[in-house]
Amino acid sequence: MKKIIFLLAFSFLVSCTSKEEEIYTPISYNLKVPSLFADKLIAPIIPSNNLLTEEGVALGKKLFFDTLLSGDETQSCASCHNPENAFTDNQQFSDGVTGDFGNRNSMPLFNLAWNFDERFTWDGKNFSLELQAFEPVTNPVEMNANWDEVVQRLQNHKEYPILFQQAFGTLKIDSVLVSKALAQFERTLISGNSKFDKFLKGEATLTPEEQNGFDVFMDEARGDCFHCHGSNNNPLWTDNKFHNNGLDATFTDIGLGAVTGDPADNGKFKSPSLRNLIFTAPYMHDGRFTTLEEVITHYSEGLQQSATVDPLMKKVKQGGVNLTAKDKADLKAFLVTLSDFNFIEKSRFLE
Amino acid sequence: MKKYIAVFCVVLSLLISCTDEVENTTVTLNFTHNWDGVPVTNKDFNKFKFTNANGEEISINRLRYVISNVSLINTTNHFLIDLGENTGMSIPVSNIETGTFDLKFTFGFKDSENKDGIYQDLNSANFNVPGMLGGGYHFMQFDGKYIDTDNEEANFNYHAIRAVNRENPDELVFQDTSFEVNLGKVNINNNQIEIQMNIAEWFKNPNLWNLNELNTVLMPNFEAQKLMSANGKSVFSLRE
Repeated sequence: MKKIIFLLAFSFLVSCTSKEEEIYTPISYNLKVPSLFADKLIAPIIPSNNLLTEEGVALGKKLFFDTLLSGDETQSCASCHNPENAFTDNQQFSDGVTGDFGNRNSMPLFNLAWNFDERFTWDGKNFSLELQAFEPVTNPVEMNANWDEVVQRLQNHKEYPILFQQAFGTLKIDSVLVSKALAQFERTLISGNSKFDKFLKGEATLTPEEQNGFDVFMDEARGDCFHCHGSNNNPLWTDNKFHNNGLDATFTDIGLGAVTGDPADNGKFKSPSLRNLIFTAPYMHDGRFTTLEEVITHYSEGLQQSATVDPLMKKVKQGGVNLTAKDKADLKAFLVTLSDFNFIEKSRFLE
Repeated sequence: MKKYIAVFCVVLSLLISCTDEVENTTVTLNFTHNWDGVPVTNKDFNKFKFTNANGEEISINRLRYVISNVSLINTTNHFLIDLGENTGMSIPVSNIETGTFDLKFTFGFKDSENKDGIYQDLNSANFNVPGMLGGGYHFMQFDGKYIDTDNEEANFNYHAIRAVNRENPDELVFQDTSFEVNLGKVNINNNQIEIQMNIAEWFKNPNLWNLNELNTVLMPNFEAQKLMSANGKSVFSLRE
């Protein structure tokens, strides 16, 4: 009799548990889109097979800061994508868990849901944010882990299985779900509250230097930055496209060309956003410039001719458009207004 | 009562038959590109394989443009056609009547529709014109390289926008350089219509274009914009 009662109680418990698993519905995440983005841009890209949920974003955040994802459990995503640096680091190249260095500068992470072509990283090799999140875990010069081991660690963890169950409806963890959670979190990293954003909303004024710097940025005869780096009407401050911006006459890293196999793409790299530059030095895909002055001088008089240099790089033969010292200084002053201190401050408390 | 019912049935059947007479269909406008008759696709980009009317060898790196007010569509409309990325090249128009109609569109935007920042798709595509030039949108970005008189590669940015005279920056003078393309009568009956752009025409008719003189920084060049607009009027045609 006792045996029967036990079996009945057990089956009741089992049925309750599986029912809970079946009926748990994650809460839809309300992405806070800055008003300028909502006014000016098409909708952010949220894949239908990875909609944002409160539980998914929270799980992605926990994973982002967790060293369990690296081979020797010493590094997390945040090791190279530090919130205080707009989710990049301040090194030219980042050292992975083995102490080896990559050959690309760590990219900052924000406004990634507005990358409409969904080609991520400097050379566009990852088509989707989920794939971008998937790759560094096993990259030997980054986290150098084995997905099976990482999944096993998470599966054996006291909290993760239930967090995955709440986010994705299953206790069984796999690399796809880890990547999905990370991508969900990354899509919530939104920077849209710089001084210039406030200026556009009528909440701040620019100094004469900053205003002239913006004019240099928008003037086809001077900076002509707007063709690749957005404008007051494109608050991403990037076109998310790939260009050869005249850094080299010959290439040691062919960038997009290695991904497409097309020699016409050699030396092309993604235009990075110009938001948050004061937090993201050094600059360029290989972090060759340590200051904004060096960057501006490159475009002004340092352009190198090559077969694939973008036609938008004017006067290559003269090294560039040769800005005056004042225009250079003012351009820098304007660029600094794109820094979003509020984003850094909020990000600092994420971990 | 029977009489009323009979009348009602007759009226109803008439109405139904009237409705049936209007047949709706779909047509697709396909934009193709050529250089004086030789087909051009994005596979032909980044190669010095074209020679313009002035004798300059040319490589095309980017070609994208906006058309608006396509006559077959009743609502306000615009489309970004990007040959380099092979996007926007086919425009399906659905739920239109069969028959013969005029096919027209505007190259770029006429002034009344060329308002700064109002089109989210074009903002997202970074197709804006700076406020110092009056704002609004590019009509075309045509970028490439040519072999200059020193026999070296040089860049050109043949960017068409609304012409603006900035002699007095505080008092900009505009000229609407968008233009209507009238392709004449087309038969609409669940078919495909090919609209061709002869890219070479941008450099020759009626204005012979010398890239050694007009190559970059053409957006603020009032006279250059008028020349582009004049040359653009012969670039589109229907494939018969």
